[in-house]
Amino acid sequence: MSERVAAGPTAIQAAFDRAKAEDRAALVIYLTATYPDTATSRACMEAAVDAGADVIEVGIPFSDPMMDGPTIQAANQHVLDAGRSVSEQLAFVADLAHLDVPRLAMTYVTIADTRGYARFADECADAGLAGVILPDLPAPEAGPWLAEADRRGLATVFLASSVSTDERLAAIAQVSSGWVYAAGLLGVTGVRSISGDVTQDLVGRIRAHTDLPVAVGIGVKDRASAAEVARYADGVIVGSAVIRAAGEGDPDGAPARVHALVSELRAGVASR
Amino acid sequence: MSRLTDPTAPSEEALREGYFGDFGGSFVPEALSGALAQLADAWRAAQKDGAFAEQLDRLRRDYGGRPTPLYRAERLSEAAGVEVWLKREDLAHTGSHKLNNVVGQALLTQRMGKPRVIAETGAGQHGVATATAAALFGLDCTVYMGAEDVRRQRLNVVRMQLLGAEVVPVDSGTRTLKDAINEAMRDWVSNVDETHYLIGSAMGPHPFPSIVRELQSIISVESTQQFDFQAGGLPDAVVACVGGGSNAIGSFAEWIEVEGVKLIGVEAAGEGVGSGRSAATISEGREAVLHGSRSIVLVDDDGQVLPAHSVSAGLDYPGVGPEHAFLARSGRATYVAATDQEAIEGFRRTCELEGIIPALEPAHAVGWVLAHGRAELGEGARVVLTMSGRGDKDVDEVLEVAGFDVGVAKAFGEGEA
Repeated sequence: MSERVAAGPTAIQAAFDRAKAEDRAALVIYLTATYPDTATSRACMEAAVDAGADVIEVGIPFSDPMMDGPTIQAANQHVLDAGRSVSEQLAFVADLAHLDVPRLAMTYVTIADTRGYARFADECADAGLAGVILPDLPAPEAGPWLAEADRRGLATVFLASSVSTDERLAAIAQVSSGWVYAAGLLGVTGVRSISGDVTQDLVGRIRAHTDLPVAVGIGVKDRASAAEVARYADGVIVGSAVIRAAGEGDPDGAPARVHALVSELRAGVASR
Repeated sequence: MSRLTDPTAPSEEALREGYFGDFGGSFVPEALSGALAQLADAWRAAQKDGAFAEQLDRLRRDYGGRPTPLYRAERLSEAAGVEVWLKREDLAHTGSHKLNNVVGQALLTQRMGKPRVIAETGAGQHGVATATAAALFGLDCTVYMGAEDVRRQRLNVVRMQLLGAEVVPVDSGTRTLKDAINEAMRDWVSNVDETHYLIGSAMGPHPFPSIVRELQSIISVESTQQFDFQAGGLPDAVVACVGGGSNAIGSFAEWIEVEGVKLIGVEAAGEGVGSGRSAATISEGREAVLHGSRSIVLVDDDGQVLPAHSVSAGLDYPGVGPEHAFLARSGRATYVAATDQEAIEGFRRTCELEGIIPALEPAHAVGWVLAHGRAELGEGARVVLTMSGRGDKDVDEVLEVAGFDVGVAKAFGEGEA
């Protein structure tokens, strides 16, 4: 097994730096691994990068995704119903090395914990991932995972919420690497629209604790909301809208639909 | 054996807040951090406040009908070959032990100034109890219930609606209890400022397992005194059914430190342990995180949660409260399993021998005692068994699923001419 350091945080920082140099926010696109099928999923990832995504979050499906609304739940369930294992999904991820942007796994702590944190970190690093996001792993519980992620040079992005106390924000900033993920609303993915003032305030509060980029996700769905967030955040994260583009309609047309949406979003993050 | 002298006791590091040995913790989205901290604070303050204890006592006594009796079931004992003492939670208001927890958490909701509660329910017992407390305290109430359970437990759905609650059928996943919990969690994440998630079992993120245990421990606070007074001495075993494990942890709580009393949790084995259609989490599961805490869970090698199966809607949950995982691993409690068939037999015999129609959940405990009590505990052993709820809600399901012929057709003249 290779013990090469993935240098994830450095690669992610570089992606945010490039966007900043172009005077825009970075665009982070979430897509569920192998959804709706392996070939279409791969083509959608390529389309997203071609249309200007700076970072890709690859969702590894979990049966009980507590933070996700109906769109991503259904995508997860679709992949699970097709019987694709986590190993197959990670093999799919490893096959995305030609994409010239950092890729992070987005999954739930149960997946990482059941595999064993050490093995999961090894597999993620070996698949060429720059980092991992576990939305149900809060900072106070993260120690054992962070030890393994650090060993393999993986970034771990933590979520912050408008209800987080300053003490918790300090802890989140301390353990996060790559960026800090500011939740754009109190709620699950893909249901409501972003709460603008509250989120802007949250981004400011996070910045008091860290020099890491701060990216906003949950509630961003189109060019206008991406442009709005790009005015105050270093990055904009879009998931459910992209999954709808990938999954609704003829699979052959999915890459073109994803390309069109991501192009719009990219224009949004550049028009701040 | 006490926890203090147990060689398998957890390390000091593992005794951190919210953990039972290696189990427990708080694996939830950051958006819930504030609500959990607020709840922990409210609970700490309430425990120090004599007025809270007084309110709780009054509600339990005058409104809830406590204490519930401890009843020596003579004919059932004769059939089982062990002496069975039923702790009659089925006689409490709303027909199950669930109100013990609910009135306590409703008082906490009031103290936190939140106008709305949400709950998950499987068999409907916790949903009915929550809807009851919501009516009593004037709170808005939404209950999430798997669409499959809505079908199986129609009576309780109607009861909840009569009490003013909105019942939301959940169509995702396996359409049972675990999916109702996911949906309740999503509601909570989205409406956390004005909403308290009134979790019904001794599960979920810290501080829920501790709060629910403490509120349900009234069962064993009463049963220890009642047994001493009515029977004298100590029972050989305390037996309770385990889904998430709230009635079991409440039934065990006061006995845990009492040497010589066996604690036996009865899980639902569905079509049998190893059949692939079971809900016997501790017998068959592995250590994993589900619904906010690390415990024992039915998951596959990938960590995907497996569907649980049981004739009882209240027990078909693929997880279990973290303190049960700890008690199982430390050896202080033993977890066994009863099949659907054994539970149906427990149901039937409790009806016929005692004139008590039990819920299908405690019918698993009765079924296990009937099938294995004498062999496992010895002839004449004295057993305190928690009759956690009454079975009116289950009558249709028993007739349909179990093919349990009680001559209904004949009584209504639909049989032979």
